[in-house]
Amino acid sequence: MIEGIFVDGLIFSIMVLGVLISFRLMDLADLTCDGSYATGAAAAAMCLKSGWGIGLSLLAAFAVGILAGIVTALIHTRLKVPGLLAGIITMTMLYSVNIRILGGANVPLLNINKFYTVVPSWFPFLGKVWASLAGTAIVVLGIKVLYDLFFKTDLGVAIGAMGANEQVVISQGMNPEILKVIGLGLSNGLIALSGGLLAHYQGFADANLGTGMVVQGLAAIMLGEFLFSTNKLPLQSLRVMLGALIYKALMYFGRKYGYLIGITPNDFKLLTGVLVIISLIIAKSRTSASDAGARKKAMTALSGAGRPSGTGAGEADNA
Amino acid sequence: MLEISHLTKVFHPGTVNEKVALNDVNLHVGAGEVVCIIGSNGSGKSTLFNMISGTYPVTGGTIVLDGKDVTSSAEYRRAFTIGRIFQDPTKGTAGKMSIEDNLITASRKGMRGLRISLNDRKRAEFRALLEPIGLQDRLGDNVGLLSGGQRQALTLLMTVISNPKLILLDEHTAALDPGNADTVMALTQKYISQYNLTALMVTHNMQLAIDYGTRLIMMDSGRIILDVQGDEKRRLTVGSLVEVFRSIKSRDYASDRGLLTI
Repeated sequence: MIEGIFVDGLIFSIMVLGVLISFRLMDLADLTCDGSYATGAAAAAMCLKSGWGIGLSLLAAFAVGILAGIVTALIHTRLKVPGLLAGIITMTMLYSVNIRILGGANVPLLNINKFYTVVPSWFPFLGKVWASLAGTAIVVLGIKVLYDLFFKTDLGVAIGAMGANEQVVISQGMNPEILKVIGLGLSNGLIALSGGLLAHYQGFADANLGTGMVVQGLAAIMLGEFLFSTNKLPLQSLRVMLGALIYKALMYFGRKYGYLIGITPNDFKLLTGVLVIISLIIAKSRTSASDAGARKKAMTALSGAGRPSGTGAGEADNA
Repeated sequence: MLEISHLTKVFHPGTVNEKVALNDVNLHVGAGEVVCIIGSNGSGKSTLFNMISGTYPVTGGTIVLDGKDVTSSAEYRRAFTIGRIFQDPTKGTAGKMSIEDNLITASRKGMRGLRISLNDRKRAEFRALLEPIGLQDRLGDNVGLLSGGQRQALTLLMTVISNPKLILLDEHTAALDPGNADTVMALTQKYISQYNLTALMVTHNMQLAIDYGTRLIMMDSGRIILDVQGDEKRRLTVGSLVEVFRSIKSRDYASDRGLLTI
């Protein structure tokens, strides 16, 4: 069963990569996620049911996610609505859209060829569960490589620059509205793709699949950021993916042993929120602790040298 | 290069907060000119810059930049011709990103595609460009780690490498200590001549305005009240500048009073 955590976690990590784009790289709290995750699952499920095949169903999930992201971006940029509100508007609309796509609240995918029914045939030497894990790992790895590559391109760097300081991209003659459309589109595309893959894994799509997804994504990002600090994007994406696995593992153990202290799966949303709050508190105290540490170090360095010698920064200034 | 005609900006028109920030300003700046702009707070200097770069729309008048009427074009479109540096060193750079990512973003104007421009050849170029400001070994460091002076010097470099024709310097040394301010000013002059730039520089430092540039403009209450260049500018001293300012102000005041007493 432990392999199940990894499959679940790896699928979830695709979503976390999407949330990383909006929350961290673009510095824009995008709540579209709660809707687009289920939209991806719904689109994938309906494509499978209509016999479009596995590849097209995942592509369709990615595409509807992009559309959802574009809607949010356009509401945000064209109507000058704060990003948070734009996301809430799209998310709310998507609840209805999801039920429309599914034609009901829940669609089971029985007796249909799904990714996870086909993948064991790729790895005949592995058991069904391990084959699922291997197949997911290959897909996720491919996505991560493309993701890192994209954020190395001039366009990817520009999206990051916009998140850090919008004036910089305006000064370089780029329209920040277009960058936001691309960024949010890509972010929600990944989120929906994750939802689509989950539909393959679970064997059903549910209109309420996305509820609370943003906070779960944030929890994974924050857990990941505790692992190590870096300003390199490939490592940043790696650490939030590890954070996603850790989060899913925590939830797994919560489900397995939670009953001992009276925790039920219904409490998980509360616990996830508490986890995010605790992470924020730890991150905050860590920053102030490292600031205090740096101050102390600077002071001992100064008194040790016996004179207010220049720091590295000061010397470089005079050069 | 830059032709501003009858430029007027009224904030909150038609309300009790109505404020005329620019009042029929006419300014023609030729290519290669370096214009220092002085004036007290609220005299309209920053508004003038905001109008030229397109941060806010104009109320009246036209702005022609490099032969094109840009009066109603978006800020990011004008940015193809304009480079702007703010007083706040954090405004011109992306603090969360490395120096090399900042430089690659700044290295040209316009929308980006899926090419990966940052390679070792580019890094070598950047290292050479960063040599004069002493940051050549810190390409991978986040810009947020730099001091204010280093950050403003980097902003200056980022502004000029994409080849703007006009640069707007909005008190860009005001937040720095005297030593760093001198370094950044020297760098500014170097880049202006190296890249053949036309420049407008707002400053509160009269001595700076006298020492640098080819032309000096004084603004007051949304109008240009003094415009000197050439020999006349070279003869200016801080004392004479203050004197000129006082005499213009008192002349206005006298005529106002004259009007009222009639």
